Amino acid sequence: MDSLTIILFVAAGFILLALLLALYRFIKGPHTTDRVIAFDVMSIAGIALIAMISLFSSRIIYLDVAIVYGLLGFIGVIIIAKYLERSL
Amino acid sequence: MIIKRFLISFLVFLAVWLLLTSSLQASSILVGVVVSLIIALLFGIKAEVFGEIKLSLKAIINLIAYTFVFIWELIKSNIDVALRVLNPSLPINPGIVKVKTRLKSKTGRMVLANSITLTPGTLSIDIKDEFLYVHWIDVKDCDLQCATEEIVKKFEKYLEVIYG
Amino acid sequence: MEALKYIGAIISLFGSIFLFLGALGLIRMPDVYNRIQAGTKASTLGTILTLLGIGLIMPSWGGKLFILIMFVIITNPVSSHVLSRAAHHIGVNMYKNTVTDLLEKDENNTNSKPEKQ
Repeated sequence: MDSLTIILFVAAGFILLALLLALYRFIKGPHTTDRVIAFDVMSIAGIALIAMISLFSSRIIYLDVAIVYGLLGFIGVIIIAKYLERSL
Repeated sequence: MIIKRFLISFLVFLAVWLLLTSSLQASSILVGVVVSLIIALLFGIKAEVFGEIKLSLKAIINLIAYTFVFIWELIKSNIDVALRVLNPSLPINPGIVKVKTRLKSKTGRMVLANSITLTPGTLSIDIKDEFLYVHWIDVKDCDLQCATEEIVKKFEKYLEVIYG
Repeated sequence: MEALKYIGAIISLFGSIFLFLGALGLIRMPDVYNRIQAGTKASTLGTILTLLGIGLIMPSWGGKLFILIMFVIITNPVSSHVLSRAAHHIGVNMYKNTVTDLLEKDENNTNSKPEKQ
């Protein structure tokens, strides 16, 4: 295990910590909008984590998963916001 | 106007296809050209987003300068947020202020609102005609004029040349 | 070639630290609008830096990573903007030390219509 892998593992650990903190806000959040912004941050951090995983297993095909995941997260946030605004 | 929209949307779709496949084989380029031609003919000519950019030398120089200004502001805003979050006393003084923009085109206003969101301490909330409502994390005591000077001016002078 | 990989790994590490700080801001900030500010900004630059570092380690993946970076830059401010507008529209409480709210004032002035559905 060389130092390059160790640095990348530490980076992946920080992203996992970010996911955990956002999950705390997602569970606790006093209002629906708090939960939605926590979901948004989680999906963005998920994109970075999927890219990391595709680097660890060196398969470029996982990046397509990241693109589609980002697309679905964006559309989800827009739909929920429109619903809250009663303009859907 | 329609021809400009068609050309720009066609080039954008083709560039996205080439970056996605990242191969230079003749067959994949041919498929990309045909598909982006069809999409540009069906949808690209109706999308106003592609037609509002100006194509002069001055606009392109301003676009490049704007990109660098934007990246610099993005880095500055992140360091600002990081310092605020790490500070134990949480120094915030939030409020919603109103600023005025001189941009006329819809795309220019969209780019301006996105840029405001990604710059230090500001988040655009709503737009009504030519007034933007901005959530400011550290409100300085000032009126419409000085808030406009503080938030909008640094991007507007580039976007005015690019979008008009 | 080897040095470029190490630079990429360090850039990825910085990006993940920014992502972590953004999530920390999500917990520490007192109301929705400030949470959106911290969450959006830090997560945008964090993801961009992480993907950039991966691109330096694997240069042949550049195309897809560039598309991901452009996608994040364009969509992330839009979703935060839509969300904050919805929050203001349904009247989520603001932080008690909030200084001004000009949008609220202007909406009260113009909405003289009785119903507000």
